[in-house]
Amino acid sequence: MSTAEIALAPAPARPARIRLRLFRSELGLTFQRRRNQALLVLLGAVPVMVGIALRLTSHQGNDGGPNLIDQVTGNGVFLSVGALFFLLPLILPLAVAVVSGDSIAGEASAGTLRYLLAVPAGRTRLLMVKYAASVTFCLAAVATIAATALITGVILFPVGPVTLLSGSTVSLAAGLGRLALVGLYVWACVATLVAIGLAISTVTDSPIAAITATAVLPVTSEVIDAVPQLSGVHPYLFTHWWFSYDDLLRAPILTDHITQGLLTFLAYTLIFGSVAWARFSTKDVTC
Amino acid sequence: MTTTAEAGAPVEAPPLPTGDHAIATSGLTKRFHGGQLAVADIDLMVPRGAVFGFLGPNGSGKTTTIRMLLGLVAPTAGSHELLGVPMPDGWATALPKVGSLIEGPAFHPHLSGEANLRRCDAADRTADARTSRQRIGSALERVGLTAAAGKRYKAYSLGMKQRLGIAAAMLGPRELLILDEPTNGLDPQGTREVRTLIREIAAEGTTVFVSSHLLAEIEQVCSHVAVMRAGRLVAQSSLEDLRAEAGTRIRVETPDTSAARGVLTGLGLADVRISDSEVSAELGELEPERVCAEMVGVGVAVRGLAVVRPSLEDVFVELTGEGFDVNG
Repeated sequence: MSTAEIALAPAPARPARIRLRLFRSELGLTFQRRRNQALLVLLGAVPVMVGIALRLTSHQGNDGGPNLIDQVTGNGVFLSVGALFFLLPLILPLAVAVVSGDSIAGEASAGTLRYLLAVPAGRTRLLMVKYAASVTFCLAAVATIAATALITGVILFPVGPVTLLSGSTVSLAAGLGRLALVGLYVWACVATLVAIGLAISTVTDSPIAAITATAVLPVTSEVIDAVPQLSGVHPYLFTHWWFSYDDLLRAPILTDHITQGLLTFLAYTLIFGSVAWARFSTKDVTC
Repeated sequence: MTTTAEAGAPVEAPPLPTGDHAIATSGLTKRFHGGQLAVADIDLMVPRGAVFGFLGPNGSGKTTTIRMLLGLVAPTAGSHELLGVPMPDGWATALPKVGSLIEGPAFHPHLSGEANLRRCDAADRTADARTSRQRIGSALERVGLTAAAGKRYKAYSLGMKQRLGIAAAMLGPRELLILDEPTNGLDPQGTREVRTLIREIAAEGTTVFVSSHLLAEIEQVCSHVAVMRAGRLVAQSSLEDLRAEAGTRIRVETPDTSAARGVLTGLGLADVRISDSEVSAELGELEPERVCAEMVGVGVAVRGLAVVRPSLEDVFVELTGEGFDVNG
């Protein structure tokens, strides 16, 4: 090949800045959307409401209620853990289902999918960007819950060294560190749901159908998890490991369940990610 | 060679000997899962530089064909090339050079026209972010949407939406523009503007492939046409050839129809037709003034005389057996 030909060859390896444009555009679309903003507001409002309710009733004294409530009223930092505990079974997965289930099906039903592919955005690239944006939304959702709960907790309750579930006490800073770990683990929990939602979203052109199916799955999984006769399948359910985060609040941290949980999440993500890719890369885009 | 490898530049395959076709399909066929045959074995040949009218009634397979061309729908059989690049494997090379409007515009309703175009541009990894603003600005200007650039898409009129779709198709330098029903929803003024736009784009050397179910709307700008009917390609030709095939007729308005018919037959004209107050025949190579002189010479009362070029509509009726302008 001559030098002239080399000079004419297209510029090698486009800078990452350009590759990130679609991701940034996707983030803008996700976070500017009123519906998604409303979901974040809702997620942020729950800890505030729970905190106020606890503050108003705490003078009634403890009559053998859940351990968590004592801890929250004893130390505001625990309101974050409490809020995640309340939101993780239903509302947080629902919010994640809305965003991830809508990802491809929403573009398909709006007709914008055909233009993205004709531009061409590239099917694999578009799928990755959609996944990344939804996972980012999950992080924002968990961070919103943790942050509003922390602020509410600090305002309404005493704050100090954190007594862990195992009984020992660590400094406030270490306690906040543990809280961050819990947040990251919860993020991993719901990020699993993103892969599932993305896969479902490639199968249908109806965003409502995709969102509903995605939202129903973790609930179904939790129901199965509650049936003792089905204990054989429990370790394979992704929601089975969702509440293992309390192991992060012990000293020393118990890693068994956490590790198994993370491996289960990874397996689910790989399986459903592959399904999404296989389906989307061969899908006839007819709407 | 080694220099190239070290530089990490992609080694490009030599261009395929595809001649000068912007679109070339061979036996392109689509059968949907229900068994419905949407497109059957079509061989489209769109020369580079042409303004190619892709005609046919609604539901004749035009849009499915366009979706296959752009790699949105996988063909059941057959193959095709865009700008000399085999599709769908070559999508990353071919599609950035192709602008498209597919089955009407589709944008995010809560974003402004400009923000929507920014998103389209961001999706194109070959587009240069530094020139994005300027390219979006000029695309909006070309379709006359500069003033409405900041308005939300959902507040746009049907015509504005259509024009934004065309703007999106022209965001970058394109070698081929595929416009599916670009005049849909436009008023006569808007339709004229789109035609002017197509003419301008074609004048710059871009091949334009434009589909329509209304022949009259695109007849004036096309250099080539193809007609689809029930999934099949029933005609494909340059406009000149089509017109030549149909032939020009001479029409004489007269009360003396039988005498006039005698003159036309006497002149050796073919296909002489007679009605109440009119006689017509294929003119062929004959000069119309000869016909007039002959008529007057034998005393036929000529009330009117006209040379009639067949409209494309008529040509197609002849070619396909019936008119295809199904809904006027």
